Amino acid sequence: MTEPTIYEISSPGRTGVKFQNSDVPEFEVPKEFLREQLPMPEVSEIDVIRHFTRLSQLNYCIDTGLYPLGSCTMKYNPRINEVTARLAGFAKIHPFQPTETVQGSLALMYDLQNWLGEISGFPGVTLQPAAGAHGEYVGVMLIRAYHVDRKDFKRTKMIIPDSAHGTNPATSSMSGFDVVGVATDKEGNVDLESLRAVCDDTVAGLMLTNPNTLGLFEQNVVEVVKIVHEAGGLVYGDGANLNALLGVVRPGDLGIDIMHFNLHKTFSTPHGGGGPGSGPVGVVKHLVDFLPCPVVGIIEEGSEDFPPLYGFVEPEKSIGRIKAFFGHFGMMVRAYTYISMYGKDGLKKIAEGAVLNANYLLSLLKDTYKVPYDRICMHEFVLEGHWPDAPGIHALDIAKRLMDYNFHPPTNYFPLIVPEALMIEPTETESKQTLDLFVDAMLKIAEEAKTNPELLKDAPHNTPIGRLDEVKAAKDLVLCCWIPDKNY
Amino acid sequence: MFIPNTEADRKEMLEKIGLSKIEDLFVDVPEKFRYPDLNLPDAVSEMEALQNLSDLAIANDSTEDLICFLGAGAYNHYIPASVDAIITRGEFLTAYTPYQPEVSQGTLQAIFEYQSLVASLTGMDVSNASHYDGATAAAEACVLAFHHFRGKRTKFVLSRYVHPHYRETIKTYFQGYEKIKIIGDEKLEGFQSTEDLVKLVDNDTAIVYVQYPDFLGRIQNFKSLADHVHSMGAILAVSVNPISLGLLKPPSEFDADIVTGEGQPLGIPLSFGGPYLGLFATKNQFIRKLSGRLVGETVDGKGNKGYVLTLTAREQHIRREKATSNICTNQGLIALASTVYMSLVGKHGLKQVAKLNYDKAHYAADQISKIKGFELIDLGPFFNEFVVRSPIPTKELNALLLDYDILGGYDLSIDYPELANHMLIAVTEMNSKDDIDYLVEILEEVTND
Repeated sequence: MTEPTIYEISSPGRTGVKFQNSDVPEFEVPKEFLREQLPMPEVSEIDVIRHFTRLSQLNYCIDTGLYPLGSCTMKYNPRINEVTARLAGFAKIHPFQPTETVQGSLALMYDLQNWLGEISGFPGVTLQPAAGAHGEYVGVMLIRAYHVDRKDFKRTKMIIPDSAHGTNPATSSMSGFDVVGVATDKEGNVDLESLRAVCDDTVAGLMLTNPNTLGLFEQNVVEVVKIVHEAGGLVYGDGANLNALLGVVRPGDLGIDIMHFNLHKTFSTPHGGGGPGSGPVGVVKHLVDFLPCPVVGIIEEGSEDFPPLYGFVEPEKSIGRIKAFFGHFGMMVRAYTYISMYGKDGLKKIAEGAVLNANYLLSLLKDTYKVPYDRICMHEFVLEGHWPDAPGIHALDIAKRLMDYNFHPPTNYFPLIVPEALMIEPTETESKQTLDLFVDAMLKIAEEAKTNPELLKDAPHNTPIGRLDEVKAAKDLVLCCWIPDKNY
Repeated sequence: MFIPNTEADRKEMLEKIGLSKIEDLFVDVPEKFRYPDLNLPDAVSEMEALQNLSDLAIANDSTEDLICFLGAGAYNHYIPASVDAIITRGEFLTAYTPYQPEVSQGTLQAIFEYQSLVASLTGMDVSNASHYDGATAAAEACVLAFHHFRGKRTKFVLSRYVHPHYRETIKTYFQGYEKIKIIGDEKLEGFQSTEDLVKLVDNDTAIVYVQYPDFLGRIQNFKSLADHVHSMGAILAVSVNPISLGLLKPPSEFDADIVTGEGQPLGIPLSFGGPYLGLFATKNQFIRKLSGRLVGETVDGKGNKGYVLTLTAREQHIRREKATSNICTNQGLIALASTVYMSLVGKHGLKQVAKLNYDKAHYAADQISKIKGFELIDLGPFFNEFVVRSPIPTKELNALLLDYDILGGYDLSIDYPELANHMLIAVTEMNSKDDIDYLVEILEEVTND
């Protein structure tokens, strides 16, 4: 079924909101500036509600089922988060209000900075970055600022393992570093010889994803960090996979210097169809002074009777501001709510549950699907979606066929170092029953691949729309609705 | 709570895996670092969490407690109830980025409509699926310009009246680019004019950034600037307040190449500064250099119309280090909120709300200019913000206003030392005539001694 666009359901004269009549005299807008045509839709409130409700029904979402997207941590998004973020005292405050009128928000941000620091082992945290990739950019700028501050200008190389997230090389080159790759060894770890070979006094840093995108904990992580540190470089940890480590191990304790958090993955803030994210960054002591400004600090110590006075402070050698205002505050409220409900002893249950669920799936699938690195995995694992006796079947076909069984497909064709990769991350919020149903579907599909391959090639069959022509979309670019004359 | 498996489930699952205890899952983690003792509060129930969060929220004074005349890049507007009704639907709230179009048509079509609405509102040919906020959108526009000229043009000219946070963000983004010179926004006597900017633009200039209405609230016709910028082969980028475009000519009419802006006024709560929405629209010629997501229309095997993420070959997950930007999200749900807002308000509502803002701001400016000791700084036409000089420093004045539950205007001396005692006052449809008259009365009272 096809839902018409909002322009197509527009009808002249309709409006979805009535504003009050003006209670002040009218002032004339100079003709030079007065807009003549405003080609916007004309629809009533019920038109809008029905249109977007119908659109929503074309989506798969966590609320309808398992979303095993590797490296995306599609866990359940608690509804209480949506309630707390909408409290008037949070949702209806202006970022430029005098700080004495926003002490509640500042206290929350101050605590969240400390909590994230405690969870990850970093003494300094900025909440400002808007998303994981934005946090990464900050991390890489911090690496530059650190070396420049030490007048060490020859450090132009950023080392990136071939199992890293695609954003890592993009971020490094965006900030002017030369990207140098290192290989993965046969156990799925960073190849130490390959790393030693590229480590010299031109190395600015290493960007390490741990657990890596194969879902494996870097067995030599302490050694990897040591090699980079001995060459004078810093180690950036991609925190996208932090869900596997919560309460179990702190990246800071392993020697990592900088790491971004994804509040929208690890700390349950909703993905919202692609955003908003939130990507705070934690750093070791010698990088605290370089954090983006501002961070929240205590301006006046409190006492038994009075809470402290919180305010914004500017780190001494700050790299500067990286967005307007102070970050995605609404996401911070949600993450704070979530962390407080797990508390000191509960966070490790998240990592344990996520890793248990992943290993359970792996144990039930590995006899049917090839596993490139057969080890205990962390929160996710990678399978190969192809068989010698099912020629012509690709990971993509398996992914599309899963939709017919009412499951969202795993991440496919990533990481690039595994052929026909299917990257599966169940998260801790899925029950054994759901995982068993997913396994059933995966095993049936493996069977179908051999007995009835067309079923996979033509999949999905039960979705609102079939496989779409992506070549046509890129060739005959149509990026805007056709706007009927009536809208002008 | 949020983890369904019981101890019995866990036991059964571990057996299947062939392990005896949960700790065995973490054998690869160096033992001495395993299970650190975390200095965090004990867990609370949902009821306690709500109570704790409510206590923190109550410690803030919200715009429900105060009469707000504060803007400066974030505005207090009315948000129709339908906006939240749509964006809290689990199908939108808990969906991922629409990489699998067959099960994401809702998100994809909504983004396609967002792109269309933003293009219509700004008058541009094409919009992306959004950036993080107005500041990062501006920085990404500069990144676009940098790559458009392959790094060969080294000058960025920023108007002094582009939002100070946007200018700071651009400078942070480019601190690793030694050759790039960012000029135009230095301190000066009096006010910078468009002619002052024209003088800075030459054939080494990649991009010229102005704001419309600018940070001081002014509306200016940038046609002559645009002509000069284009004669030098450079790009003209304009940061806009989208609500103003319900009333004012869009930047396309003075031939802007790129339009960015803060989308927060389009149905997004103030929320202490975020999450907001980065608008990003351009002329057709920049489509392939746009960073961020784009949704395009296509068909499925049966010829049914559908939508997909398109031109993904520009993006980091394919181009890796060759990508020109690392951005891999849009503002998803916030872009959806603005889509619902723009649809609901539509052609008539947008005009009406923009005019309400215009009239109320002009009424307020008129009234304040009559107060002894206050002066309206007449900088020509303005939209919903204007500058007044007060007899005392803005910080002091705002502290006095707060005693009367008024959230006063922005203290311009923070960013513009030359504008001591100058306050930027924002008035929206949320301010009644009574609110404005009350502000005038209190301004008179607190400065009359």
